Amino acid sequence: MTEVANPTKTSEALPVRRNRPAEINVLIGLLVIAIVFEILGWLVQGQSFLANGERLRIMILQVSVVGIIAIGVTQVIITGGIDLSSGSVVGATAMIAMSFAQVSTYPRAVFPGLTDLPVVVPIAIGLGCGLLAGLINGLLIAYTRIPPFIATLGMMVTARGIAKWYTKGQPVSFPTDSYAAIGAGMTPVLIFIAMAILFQLILRYTIYGRHTYAIGSNEQAARVSGINVERHLILVYVIAGVLAGLAGVVLSARGLTAQSGMGVMYELDAIAMAVIGGTSLAGGRGSIVGTTLGMLIFGVIISGFTFLRIDAYYQEMLKGLIIVGAVVLDVYRQRYRGRS
Amino acid sequence: MSDTQKDMILKTVGLAKRYGGVHALEDANFELKAGEHVAIVGDNGAGKSTFVRQITGVEQPSAGEIYFDGEKVEFKSPIEARDCGIETVFQNLALADDLDVPSNLFLGREERYFNLGPFSILNERKMLAHAQDALRTTGVKIPDLRNKIRNMSGGQRQCVAISRAASFASKLIIMDEPTAALGVQETAQVENIIRTLKSRGIPLILISHNLRQVFDLVDRIWVFRRGRIVGAVDRSKTDGNEIVSLITGVKAAVDAPDFA
Ligand SMILES: Nc1ncnc2c1ncn2[C@@H]1O[C@H](COP(=O)(O)OP(=O)(O)O)[C@@H](O)[C@H]1O
Ligand SMILES: [Mg+2]
Repeated sequence: MTEVANPTKTSEALPVRRNRPAEINVLIGLLVIAIVFEILGWLVQGQSFLANGERLRIMILQVSVVGIIAIGVTQVIITGGIDLSSGSVVGATAMIAMSFAQVSTYPRAVFPGLTDLPVVVPIAIGLGCGLLAGLINGLLIAYTRIPPFIATLGMMVTARGIAKWYTKGQPVSFPTDSYAAIGAGMTPVLIFIAMAILFQLILRYTIYGRHTYAIGSNEQAARVSGINVERHLILVYVIAGVLAGLAGVVLSARGLTAQSGMGVMYELDAIAMAVIGGTSLAGGRGSIVGTTLGMLIFGVIISGFTFLRIDAYYQEMLKGLIIVGAVVLDVYRQRYRGRS
Repeated sequence: MSDTQKDMILKTVGLAKRYGGVHALEDANFELKAGEHVAIVGDNGAGKSTFVRQITGVEQPSAGEIYFDGEKVEFKSPIEARDCGIETVFQNLALADDLDVPSNLFLGREERYFNLGPFSILNERKMLAHAQDALRTTGVKIPDLRNKIRNMSGGQRQCVAISRAASFASKLIIMDEPTAALGVQETAQVENIIRTLKSRGIPLILISHNLRQVFDLVDRIWVFRRGRIVGAVDRSKTDGNEIVSLITGVKAAVDAPDFA
């Protein structure tokens, strides 16, 4: 803290100071964690952790669906908000989209008259359901001034309820081949990469992105500068909803079945990925590049635990610790940046 | 409309603002002539910032009328006031700390390559060039414009906020306690920017507690006390003692402006 400005100094006397991008620190963190598991791998298992293509492939596949959600959640958190509903929206959209993707040869289809539909129908319905959930979140937050935490908590419970009510708890299965293809092989990863690139560019180079950071940085400043904060927040929550809907489609297609419990706790994983990746819960800071690195850290840790044969119960507890740890790290970062 | 009113830039008639039961501003009759620099002084809570929020569209007044540049106006938002050429440096720095200098200068009026609504691509090169120009005109030196506001000193931040207002203002510029948190040299820099505005003929409303600064810079001083305007005196016809007694209420209202 030696560079704290002396308020009476002239501006010329101040040293040029530009923080190195937060993503670099996250990348270093990722490398360190990967190396730790590599060393543990040789010590405990007598084999390499990283030099195993199949393990890496499964790891990426596992995290990329949550990664799609995290892209939307990151944008919400940059505005200074939070989205707790994304996991439940995944569950609801998985059920609803899948019910419009069933084959006619399956006798117990949800809508026996609406089978073998072209694949765009279930996709559009899935994205539309996500959009609707995001729109309701956004309208509540922008116009009733309910805190985002409460508004999206309400959506979290409601969307989960819809997922269960939709088929009275029955799973929905037997999708068409073209729907199944959305989740086949590495397609989910490709969808994640496409979304990540798209939204990284949008956040960095468009007015939408600039205003997203401005609102999270100083909402009052954004308002008096003429930004329509309400309309912008609605757009951000809508985008987060659509991405959760997309994740629901991908997840159900990958599993070839949709269950009402799909996506439980995904919202917390997504928030953790964003925060580990340098997105500040106080708003104003974060990027999709960071979140992607956060996602990889998350994936490496989970995959590393499995590799080291750590019991599943411990894994859950450790995951809880990671989430809390990420938030503590964020609080610590905020304290420092407040003083600079 | 008489000749004296023609060169009136801003005039308020019976302007009032209530927050619930709090009468933050009552019956404010204020006027500002073309090219004139005026100060608003008054104790904390006198209603100065409230007055600024009413005339800049940040809030809607509870009663009264505002005339700007000869026309009655009802600004529904700050952007409407801004589109009329009014720029404001609000008391709590209205900057986004996580953005750099050009982004802050152009916040809410970004340069774009082509219009795709919110997804329009920013013309960062143009904004950077304009930002360099704006800072040069106001004589503000900031080593790295791409640096985030968060990493700058209080003086640099305030200079950015003032440069933003100064470079876009065409009709009126309002500064609410711009030097309250600054050191001696930074204050001098801000005062220089204000003098430049005077020479450019842009009217100014300066809110300040610093009477030395007020007497140095403005033509006329408006005194607020407990939500009311209790005096408007020419700098040349008053002194610090009179102003202080008006601020504190030792001396009762003088020179209620005459709108005949
Ligand atoms: N948003 C608000 N809600 C309620 N009371 C307010 C609000 N803004 C200002 N006030 C009150 O109005 C009065 C004038 O405040 P202000 O205009 O900020 O004074 P000044 O800028 O002269 O110090 C104070 O009593 C203040 O508490
Ligand atoms: Mg004030």
